Amino acid sequence: MSSLISIRNLTASVEGKEILKGLNLDIGPGEIHAIMGPNGSGKSTLSNVLAGRENYQVTGGEVLFEGRDLLALAPEERAREGIFLAFQYPVEIPGVSNVYLLKAAVNALRKHRGLPELDAMDFLTLVKQKMKSVEMNPEFLHRSVNEGFSGGEKKRNEILQMTLLEPKFAILDETDSGLDIDALKIVADGVNRLRNPERSMLVITHYQRLLDYIVPDYVHVLSGGRIVKSGGKELALELEERGYGWLETQPRAAAGRPA
Amino acid sequence: MSGSQTQIDQFLDREYAAGFVTTVEMEAFPKGLNEDIVRMISAKKNEPDFLLQWRLEAFRNWQQMVHPQWAQVVYPPIDFQDIYYYAAPKSKKDAPKSLAEVDPELLKTYEKLGVPLHERAALAGVAVDAVFDSVSVATTFKDKLAAHGIIFCSFSDAVRDHPELVRQYLGTVVSQGDNFYAALNSAVFSDGSFVYIPKGVKCPMELSTYFRINAQNTGQFERTLIIADEGAQVSYLEGCTAPKRDENQLHAAVVELVALEGAHIKYSTVQNWYPGDKDGKGGIYNFVTKRGECRGARSRISWTQVETGSAITWKYPSVILKGDDSVGEFYSVALTNNYQQADTGTKMIHLGKNTRSTILSKGISAGRGQNAYRGLVKVLKGAKGARNYTQCDSLLIGERCGAHTFPYIEVKNPTARVEHEASTSRIGEDQLFYCQQRGISAEDAVSMIVNGFCKEVFKELPMEFAVEAQKLLGVSLEGSVG
Ligand SMILES: Nc1ncnc2c1ncn2[C@@H]1O[C@H](COP(=O)(O)OP(=O)(O)OP(=O)(O)O)[C@@H](O)[C@H]1O
Ligand SMILES: [Mg+2]
Repeated sequence: MSSLISIRNLTASVEGKEILKGLNLDIGPGEIHAIMGPNGSGKSTLSNVLAGRENYQVTGGEVLFEGRDLLALAPEERAREGIFLAFQYPVEIPGVSNVYLLKAAVNALRKHRGLPELDAMDFLTLVKQKMKSVEMNPEFLHRSVNEGFSGGEKKRNEILQMTLLEPKFAILDETDSGLDIDALKIVADGVNRLRNPERSMLVITHYQRLLDYIVPDYVHVLSGGRIVKSGGKELALELEERGYGWLETQPRAAAGRPA
Repeated sequence: MSGSQTQIDQFLDREYAAGFVTTVEMEAFPKGLNEDIVRMISAKKNEPDFLLQWRLEAFRNWQQMVHPQWAQVVYPPIDFQDIYYYAAPKSKKDAPKSLAEVDPELLKTYEKLGVPLHERAALAGVAVDAVFDSVSVATTFKDKLAAHGIIFCSFSDAVRDHPELVRQYLGTVVSQGDNFYAALNSAVFSDGSFVYIPKGVKCPMELSTYFRINAQNTGQFERTLIIADEGAQVSYLEGCTAPKRDENQLHAAVVELVALEGAHIKYSTVQNWYPGDKDGKGGIYNFVTKRGECRGARSRISWTQVETGSAITWKYPSVILKGDDSVGEFYSVALTNNYQQADTGTKMIHLGKNTRSTILSKGISAGRGQNAYRGLVKVLKGAKGARNYTQCDSLLIGERCGAHTFPYIEVKNPTARVEHEASTSRIGEDQLFYCQQRGISAEDAVSMIVNGFCKEVFKELPMEFAVEAQKLLGVSLEGSVG
């Protein structure tokens, strides 16, 4: 078996505090893995570490992406290689229009792949078509990035970026939080349309509900900086019913995909 | 400091691209300032007596004045006796008549600076009056402009060929005793640009002057006078660069604009004087008085400036709104990086009825840069229905820079409406990371955010200069991202 991304014994700390304490996870091409776990257990830390955020120090272990050392790459290189993070809290960038950022991002990626950059007209055609698919009003193109967007609009904007950038590996960090029921369906549809045998995803969520729409191949529980339990999609239902308390006493589970 | 701070720091380490020195033979008067030097400058230029007397009066004024202290800038006292007040490239004749006569070293300098002197100029529709130290060395497009009755020449030529115009308008907006540096300039100014647009004429091209300080220890005191007669229109651009030197150099210019009834003057500046190195050594002291007067009804003066250079910038391009229904505008981007300091802003003085002014100031501070906006909006008794809108935004990059705002408002007419808005924001590590996560480098992300911040000002610049200004901001913030 060859994984798209393979995380081995990863330890990482923020501001000198160890958050990830030996995390193992393997994700194969085309697979969707869900991660659940209590607040503060390290889910966003894992996403930030994978995306290469600077103040998250990796203190041990390794991450291979398509067999190559991911941790050696700068954040923008990881993005160009096809890693996408839908942020839990998308940041506002006043003065920079959404369309400008999107075009710069798409063209940075195309350049990296040796494709010609899109001009303004071609880009507009493309982005408007993608916006339709996530039911976003084109007026959002000319607003500053995330500025004054509602919580749900910000999340939808993240999914728009994902559909434009067509990553190989996407991390959705609580993309469902703040979405109303209709928006949740739209976002899930957007994600499902992107599902294909090559593209993998890591879906971080607190709610089983999202996993009714985006059906995962595997569910993991992250607690105290480690994966403490892994299972199929039924595990999410069990967690919904029983919470996390019962897991704390469990022995450390074998991580990664169940055999 | 966190990793992102280091990244921003590395990013801000930049090289000054225009910091080369041109080797040409120079002629200079002895260092220091006294009445004899003033007389020598005037004699050197064969000036009429009225101008000599005017200079001497300015000099006597200056001697009585004290060095201004109120600006939010810090620098050691300047020794005015340790400066050369006149320096000019030596050439066969005093002023070359055509490009062929211009020292090739000089032309190379201009080329490096990207001054469009040759055919490029024609394509860009730009006429250039290039001032190299104290003497204007090349003027293009004079003939085409002359066909419209437009005068565009060096200040010295104007004194020789149009003394009556110079006499009529010189010092009528900025008097000899206006302030310390204006008085100094009035006494010793050596050259500059002169523009006269006759009644009803719309200048068919952008007029542009590049000033360049080259000689060591030389203060540059240029004087610019632009007159737009009734119904005339002109757009003027000045660009400035200076070589890298460890000593500080003084630049004290005066610009006067006169707009008669229904006339429009648009004055744009891209200022990129040497800012000093990253430890704050060297750089230009840019102490400039710029003022326009909307003398006639329905006239309009608009200042747009992009200030990225100089160790210290002290300038307040202002408009006196005398004519009824006249309009004054000030659009500014000022960037300070490393140890640069800027204290800049504007004065809008409303005298006429229904006069309107707009102030839009964008200050960017990076490194240990300090950036102050200082603005005065004054509405006098007679200015019924006057309106002003001021917006003052500051952007901070990194943790050690500063932004300060000093808005002064004096309103003596109850029908006036004056509005002021201000904001301060910081480019955050989270914003950079967000862009990087989308495949955009930190460097491009900073440029993108800075350009977004400035775009309302850039759109006031003539097209080709807006592009130049954008690039310049990029260069001013450039460095190696680790
Ligand atoms: N920049 C930071 N500075 C200090 N502590 C941090 C920082 N980032 C994360 N932490 C700490 O690391 C721990 C893990 O945080 P993380 O955001 O990864 O949790 P999470 O599992 O995503 O939680 P949630 O479900 O609430 O989103 C928390 O205790 C948090 O306070
Ligand atoms: Mg989180």
